[in-house]
Amino acid sequence: MARATTSSELIPVIPETQGGSGLGRLARSSVDILKRDRFALAGVIIYLVIILVAILAPVIAPYDPHAVLTRNGAWLTNQNPNGTFLLGTTNVARDIFSQLVYGARPALLVGFSAAFFVALIGTVIGLIAGYFGGIIDTLLMRLTDIAFGIPFIPFVIVLVAFLGPSIWNVVLAMALLLWRDTARVIRSQVLTLRSRTFVQAARISGASSWRIMFLYIAPNILPLSMLYGTLAIGWAILTEASVSFLGFGDPKVVSWGFMLQDAYVSQALARGAYFWFIPPGICIMLAVMAGFFIGRGYEELLFPRLRGR
Amino acid sequence: MAVSSVTTNERAPLLEVRDLVKHFPLRRGMLANLAGDSEAVHAVNGVSFSVRRGGSIGLAGESGCGKSTTAKMLLRLFEPTSGQIIFDGQDIVTLKGADLKAFRRRAQLMFQNPYESFSPRFTIFRSLVEPLLIHGVKDADERTRRVWQALNDVNLQPAESFFQKFPHQLSGGQLQRVVLARSLVLEPEFLAADEPVSMLDVSVRAGILNTMKEQAAQRNLTTVYISHDLSLIQYLCETTAIMYLGQIVEMGPTAGVINEPQHPYTKALISTIPIPEPERKKTTIPIEGGVPSAISLPSGCTFHPRCPFAMDICERKVPPPLDLGQGRTVRCFLYGGKNEADEVGKNAAAA
Repeated sequence: MARATTSSELIPVIPETQGGSGLGRLARSSVDILKRDRFALAGVIIYLVIILVAILAPVIAPYDPHAVLTRNGAWLTNQNPNGTFLLGTTNVARDIFSQLVYGARPALLVGFSAAFFVALIGTVIGLIAGYFGGIIDTLLMRLTDIAFGIPFIPFVIVLVAFLGPSIWNVVLAMALLLWRDTARVIRSQVLTLRSRTFVQAARISGASSWRIMFLYIAPNILPLSMLYGTLAIGWAILTEASVSFLGFGDPKVVSWGFMLQDAYVSQALARGAYFWFIPPGICIMLAVMAGFFIGRGYEELLFPRLRGR
Repeated sequence: MAVSSVTTNERAPLLEVRDLVKHFPLRRGMLANLAGDSEAVHAVNGVSFSVRRGGSIGLAGESGCGKSTTAKMLLRLFEPTSGQIIFDGQDIVTLKGADLKAFRRRAQLMFQNPYESFSPRFTIFRSLVEPLLIHGVKDADERTRRVWQALNDVNLQPAESFFQKFPHQLSGGQLQRVVLARSLVLEPEFLAADEPVSMLDVSVRAGILNTMKEQAAQRNLTTVYISHDLSLIQYLCETTAIMYLGQIVEMGPTAGVINEPQHPYTKALISTIPIPEPERKKTTIPIEGGVPSAISLPSGCTFHPRCPFAMDICERKVPPPLDLGQGRTVRCFLYGGKNEADEVGKNAAAA
């Protein structure tokens, strides 16, 4: 692989006529999709906003999300939204708006890291199974079947019970199980690519199996990995929220799921404190939806026939 | 290996194929396989030929006769079911690892479809430099020089203007020249070409064939051409082998095979070539029906169900290759060999 990179340095610099590199083309067609597909554009904007909020959380949030707010020694519990507390306070006098802002951090952390591992593991397993075939394929695909057979949320709960509550256990659980869809789809794609003439030509040139897999086949399935990666972002955020809502989340981390659980156990619903549980719900929904919209846009990029449907 | 490098006899064959067989097993139910009832596509059934260093042979035949499969076995893209491929004194069928890589440096294959022969994400330069990188040409300037030279040799000039192009930016004819350049960049001794121009427009075929012929002569390449087009083979090859259902039915110097075909199948094949002289009378030899299934081959001579001259013996026995002199062989009972066929039958039974 190291040798492969040196070749790009020695290519004489000649002004590019048309086309450009593979990645450049991918980027350009991505921009085209965004221009045409309003939903994908909306998805990207939602993520940009969430990322911005996560980075600037200390600036945006007026209070520490864990701080118990008091005035003259008295706890400011169950405040309704007002000028000081934009979304009111919780039953233990914490600022809901600040919690909502800080909730973007674990959401993104879980979303992107889980998506990264899901795409990476799924792609590597799919590549190896599809390229080598035979007994390796059989073993890996039966492993995939096992992964499909394990119910996801109970698996996360058991894992958290063993390893202790932490958002990283949600990431671990996703990395351990959710590569299954990616691996299946990548494998089938590799099966068709493997018999393409340019792959045979690489073998005639004497290329090793690993070189063929990562230099010839992988670039052609990368958009598909990206598609499954973007879908996994939404899944991860939803999973973290579910696990937190069920009470298996990390109590030290304020996430949107944790806020929902907090509101639920303190009977905010019965008291009609909509300002407490609706905003985190909307945030989760937006994040999941944005992942789906971007994934859908990517799908159009991959399968141009879907356009205009 | 050591012995062969000493005997650099110009007439010694660089490539010798002995009894090459390739069966593709059909995937069926597990129970049928357990019962030992496994069917197979008999793509190649005992092909033998040899090519001298610098020589050229053409394998011709209808689609499905096993000519492409043979080419792919010569380059180790398929493992033969049985048989030997002796390349420069060494059986390449069993090569592995570094030895196989060393063989790949010396033998190259041109594919039929130039549009499919390159990774769509590589520039032309990248595709051509790959073989050099794989085979450890360390010096970057040397690599660039060799890529430039290969492109220049196949008449893509100025060569450097193609470096940054992507495959989809070139025409089919240009691309097939790049395919040829990639085959030559490692300076191989042996080149097989599988239908090298059949995907291309008629107007550019001649140019590419000329370039191939020039390069083969300049580099003293040993070549195997696979084609259904006898005129192409006539132009490029000193030896011609006619294949039918995975067997060579007739082989010999190209002029002899095409001007005086002996085997009924060759006669029929050649009588279908249009002659651009309306005055000249042509005798067409009719053959009935289509090519039988390669899964269940006909008994005896595989051509007998369609042969206008079929005899009793053709149905029962496989005709052995008969030497007709002047380097020509034919597998047909019309020219004798009935007694030898018995021996072949016995040997087959004993084996």
